[in-house]
Amino acid sequence: MTTPRTVELVVNGERRAADAEPRTLLSDFLREGLGLTGTHVGCEHGVCGACTVLVDGQSVRSCLMLAVQAEGSEVRTIEGLGGADDMHPLQEAFWEKHGLQCGFCTPGMLMTAVELLESTPGAGMDEIREAISSNLCRCTGYQTIVEAVQAAAERMQGEGQ
Amino acid sequence: MYPFTYHRPASLDDARARLAASEDGRPLAGGMSLIPTMRFRLSSCSDLVDLNAIDGLAGIERHEGGIRIGAMTRHAAVEASAEVREAIPALAALAGSIGDVQVRNRGTIGGSICFADPAADYPAGILGLGASVNTDRRSIAADDFFTGLYETALEDGELVVSVDFPVPERAGWAKFGNQASRFAVVAVMVSLAGGAVRLAVTGAKSHVFRVPEMEAALAADFSAEALEGIAVASEGLNEDLHADAAYRAHLVGVMAKRAVRAALAP
Ligand SMILES: Cc1cc2nc3c(=O)[nH]c(=O)nc-3n(C[C@H](O)[C@H](O)[C@H](O)COP(=O)(O)OP(=O)(O)OC[C@H]3O[C@@H](n4cnc5c(N)ncnc54)[C@H](O)[C@@H]3O)c2cc1C
Ligand code: FES
Ligand code: FES
Repeated sequence: MTTPRTVELVVNGERRAADAEPRTLLSDFLREGLGLTGTHVGCEHGVCGACTVLVDGQSVRSCLMLAVQAEGSEVRTIEGLGGADDMHPLQEAFWEKHGLQCGFCTPGMLMTAVELLESTPGAGMDEIREAISSNLCRCTGYQTIVEAVQAAAERMQGEGQ
Repeated sequence: MYPFTYHRPASLDDARARLAASEDGRPLAGGMSLIPTMRFRLSSCSDLVDLNAIDGLAGIERHEGGIRIGAMTRHAAVEASAEVREAIPALAALAGSIGDVQVRNRGTIGGSICFADPAADYPAGILGLGASVNTDRRSIAADDFFTGLYETALEDGELVVSVDFPVPERAGWAKFGNQASRFAVVAVMVSLAGGAVRLAVTGAKSHVFRVPEMEAALAADFSAEALEGIAVASEGLNEDLHADAAYRAHLVGVMAKRAVRAALAP
């Protein structure tokens, strides 16, 4: 049906539901349907990576997925990563290494980096550069982002030991 | 995006029935090409039939004759597959060179070949390795599958189910990718099997093509040096802001040599 239907899914560990038309993108559903505006939309056609979230553990561009396709899935967004009092090592490292300026690309960068560091804990320079090649940043020149992810990788490995 | 009715069938039969019953239905695989084109309103459909919940459409199987890859197999799964890496490492390299991690997590081999983007990588893999495409009604040889710009031999409502790759003695993949999108400016898959050579080029023309002169030279002497002096004419090659036709013609020669070297690498 072209009429809205209820989409139920788990977002950042919480069961959520809201109505969506079949043509509603997952990115718009998260932002408008669920009020999770941390996920940014830049290009809305799969080029910039600002909208990156994890669906069932894998990073995806939420502007290239329909909300109805995420029915029953487990979604992780930037809101689930950590807050001001309990920052994720990646968030701390982005802060310390100046991995952001305007911050528009940051939620997508962080979610891309989370997938990388969770699947490849000792990720090196080349792997970090390859992973974040999916995300555009118009401010930093990328170097400080790579340094931040590297610092977080080291910290997370240290914690894991 | 224009509105449509969404279906999520659990079986191939159900998917076929829903496509047949719809006025202008379309299958949805990874959505990496279809969703943006629908968003731009370059395409629209009455019904979108999502193939993501169908059991058995994704998966990689090694059998006596070769490797079978299900239509809904993601690029990331082919890239990481131990069977593919062992039997046809060049195919794993091709899958790993597609786009970026988010595209490889969602995009599928079936979607890629059905969309038949002139700059897509899998078409060169299919043609260069001499694969065959199995649909819900027949098997189509690689040489007959890609027919034009975004065009294939598929009939209305015909669904790709899997692709069969024979295992070559050697194969090599070389890609000159666009730095931003990673789509191929020019990419080449070359393979050697039972003395026969196939060399397929993507990114350079309206659709993937073989280069018989290069194949003949390589059949006589499978080395990069054998390609010395064989030029591809620039007439009819693609021109865009990334590369003009003359540069693409030059790249075909360079990528062909690199693909042969990759095939010969230990
Ligand atoms: C940022 C970005 C970068 C990319 N870079 C590259 C790259 O470097 N190289 C490359 O090759 N590609 C690249 N792609 C394209 C990507 O590989 C897509 O996955 C692919 O082109 C389409 O596959 P899909 O599974 O997403 O199909 P969809 O977009 O879901 O479908 C594509 C078309 O195929 C039809 N279809 C799908 N499955 C079937 C089936 N089983 N039977 C019949 N019809 C079917 C659909 O109806 C639709 O018309 C990129 C895409 C993006 C967004
Ligand atoms: S908003 Fe999704 S990739 Fe740009
Ligand atoms: S910090 Fe501004 S776009 Fe990356």
